Amino acid sequence: MVRQSQQDKKSVYGAAPVQDPVSSHTLAVIVDNEPGVLARVIGLFSGRGYNIESLTVAETDQTKKQSRITIVCSGTVHVIEQIHHQLGRLVPVHRVSNLTLEGTHIERELALLKVCGVKDKRIEALRIADIFRARVVDSTLGSFVFEITGTTEKVDAFVDLMKPLGLCEISRTGVAAISRGKEIVCDGK
Amino acid sequence: MATQTRTKAQAKPKIKLVKSAPASKVQKASAPIRQMVYDKKNLTGAEIIIQALVDNGVDTIFGYPGGAVLPIYDALFQQKKIKHVLVRHEQAALHAAEGYARSTGKVGCALVTSGPGATNAVTGLTDALLDSIPVVCFSGQVPTFLIGTDAFQEADTTGITRQCTKQNYLVKDVKNLAKTIHEAFHVAKSGRPGPVVIDLPKDVQFAPGSYISPENTDLSRYQPRTQPDLSQIELAVEMMASAKRPVFYTGGGVINSGTEAARLLTELVQMTGFPLTSTLMGLGAYPTRDRQHLGMLGMHGTYEANWAMHDCDVMVNIGARFDDRVTGRLDAFSPHSKKIHIDIDPSSINKIVRVELGIVSDSVEALRAMIAVWKKRKYKADATAMKQWWAQIDKWRSVQCLSYKKSDTIIKPQFALERLQAALDKEKREVFVSTEVGQHQMWAAQFLKFEQPNHWMTSGGLGTMGYGLPAAIGVQMAHPNALVVDVAGDASILMNIQELSTAVQHKLPVKIFILNNQWMGMVKQWQELLHGERYSSSYTESLPDFVKLADAYGGIGFRVESPDDLDRVIKEMMKTDRVTIVDVCVDQKENCFPMIPSGKAHNEMILSADAKKFDKTLV
Ligand SMILES: Cc1ncc(C[n+]2csc(CCOP(=O)(O)OP(=O)(O)O)c2C)c(N)n1
Repeated sequence: MVRQSQQDKKSVYGAAPVQDPVSSHTLAVIVDNEPGVLARVIGLFSGRGYNIESLTVAETDQTKKQSRITIVCSGTVHVIEQIHHQLGRLVPVHRVSNLTLEGTHIERELALLKVCGVKDKRIEALRIADIFRARVVDSTLGSFVFEITGTTEKVDAFVDLMKPLGLCEISRTGVAAISRGKEIVCDGK
Repeated sequence: MATQTRTKAQAKPKIKLVKSAPASKVQKASAPIRQMVYDKKNLTGAEIIIQALVDNGVDTIFGYPGGAVLPIYDALFQQKKIKHVLVRHEQAALHAAEGYARSTGKVGCALVTSGPGATNAVTGLTDALLDSIPVVCFSGQVPTFLIGTDAFQEADTTGITRQCTKQNYLVKDVKNLAKTIHEAFHVAKSGRPGPVVIDLPKDVQFAPGSYISPENTDLSRYQPRTQPDLSQIELAVEMMASAKRPVFYTGGGVINSGTEAARLLTELVQMTGFPLTSTLMGLGAYPTRDRQHLGMLGMHGTYEANWAMHDCDVMVNIGARFDDRVTGRLDAFSPHSKKIHIDIDPSSINKIVRVELGIVSDSVEALRAMIAVWKKRKYKADATAMKQWWAQIDKWRSVQCLSYKKSDTIIKPQFALERLQAALDKEKREVFVSTEVGQHQMWAAQFLKFEQPNHWMTSGGLGTMGYGLPAAIGVQMAHPNALVVDVAGDASILMNIQELSTAVQHKLPVKIFILNNQWMGMVKQWQELLHGERYSSSYTESLPDFVKLADAYGGIGFRVESPDDLDRVIKEMMKTDRVTIVDVCVDQKENCFPMIPSGKAHNEMILSADAKKFDKTLV
């Protein structure tokens, strides 16, 4: 599995391993909502070279002062397992759940899109928005703001269709996710 | 439960890490805590800090003052329970705290000022993180209302140290101060130990507040798992019992787990009759003089240890982490073995090497359970297989990989260490050894003998030159009557040489045994073998006269240039009553073998004999 070049042999560290296939996973992380907690989580990703695709965070329990961080990250099975354990090691982290591995789950994202089109393009934008069940939340003579929720793929598709119709600005929340059924992700390591 | 844990630790201040309770019990016990009994009112922040230190069992703190910690220094001045050791550089405060922690099993403690004080501490913190040493470091900070304004001596200490601590805190309100300190000590020593920083703005040190004791602090949010899953232990013992070529591979985790872990390890190893090899950090957990100890493994490990690792069929890793200096080339690492990995840190398991069986547990608990299962099931190792395995090991052993060419005229570094060991054997005092980093460190690991845990301090994970002297100072503070020797290199010792002054001030008779080859020996070795003998900046030109240097600081200096003179000088060194440097002028050409060149496997190690045959075609 290890490829070896001239340089690797001279290095103090030996060769880098060849990568296994990469996949995307959604993790739910329950943390104490204290200063620096987000920096700690993000620092772990940057410090260890992991990839974050999306990260959302908000307080979900006011009395216990706990937040839920949803992270979509990509890596080999091995890397994802490491991320899981490394997150679990942080003191303010109470629980880490890999929603992708633990049964089925639902993912949603919200996006706001500003589309500045005229004439036909305006009408076409409204028609497509209707198909995607996007709502118009602001409208001027020269612009619309659409609100759309759905899976990342659905939002991506909507964004692609809006591009030729005058899409000029996007704001996305990143993924929020929850498991199906009775199982819950809650406090407790 | 946290409460009970503490009292136990206090009653038995020996080398023992505190066990945290299973989560279920913690929940129950922490319920009555809610009423929040305030033990003392109307203290200043600084007084709260002192009280919290005392209640966490701190008797010694290593530090250096500055504007942002003056209230704490003022409070220290007005009490008698805690000794403050003034170091000469903050890095040394951290290494001294590490030495103190490693030799006592307690949490080491340091105190530094804001800005440059905190940034100077970073190397020591990182060292403690990589070697899992429990340390709590207090740093001063500018007052809360100035944070973020680039105030004088302001540094974002929590930002800077986030990646080199296990946990860190910025205390902005005096009402959180006591409980933050208690949690810091708890985090530093629980689970996989590590360094914790508490950043203390100056106004918080002055602010009036109430003190809450550790007993009344809720520590339930950090309770790492320490008990093994028994079914996994049974599986592990089954694998061991059916092994034909087993080997124990043990590391610093066993040391961190306390003397009981080392005792149980010894029992298990002798019960099974299996060979054992140890990492650099694990030396001392099992006596190296015993036949079943194959010596250290890894890049400069013994031939027999590395071959046993390569050829084994069952590997039992207890408290080691498959460091790259140990595994060598990964895809050729122990290719035919089933691997069991026992570690307190779940993220260590399957991090580098995939194992058949990973067990999350404190080593002491896992060892106890393994012994119980082995006994209960009346297991016996496969006698014929073991006889063959040992015959093979003895063959590897007969290579005598640590042999070197003796000389009558020039001191070989290995010989110097053999003579040092001979003197230590006769010593009645308790003996502790620390090292700096380089060839001398590897030779010390190869040539000194290790009998018991917590008597060997070396910078393993970070490989920090300048670690040894301050660490020895920390050890000597904790063990005033012991003999503490720092095996040093001429380059490394200069990295924290100013600490001679600390040793003189506090009357610490640390012995610094410099294997002086006038080179950065380890760097030279790599350049010789891998970079075409182009010795780029590895010659330590214009070294000081170490004898005069010791004298200038108020210590004692000796020089020894001939092998005949060694014993006499070592004897002199053992007798001195203050810090002493022995400048041993050793062979400048000697290299450290065996050696596994990087990118090579365990079975491709080179011995000194064939160093000439070293593959230089790459160069
Ligand atoms: C702080 C630090 N800087 C650089 C290094 C890289 N390094 C490792 S060993 C070594 C040479 C050490 O020389 P010396 O202390 O004389 O010991 P010797 O190898 O000669 O025994 C160097 C520069 C290091 N480990 N730590």
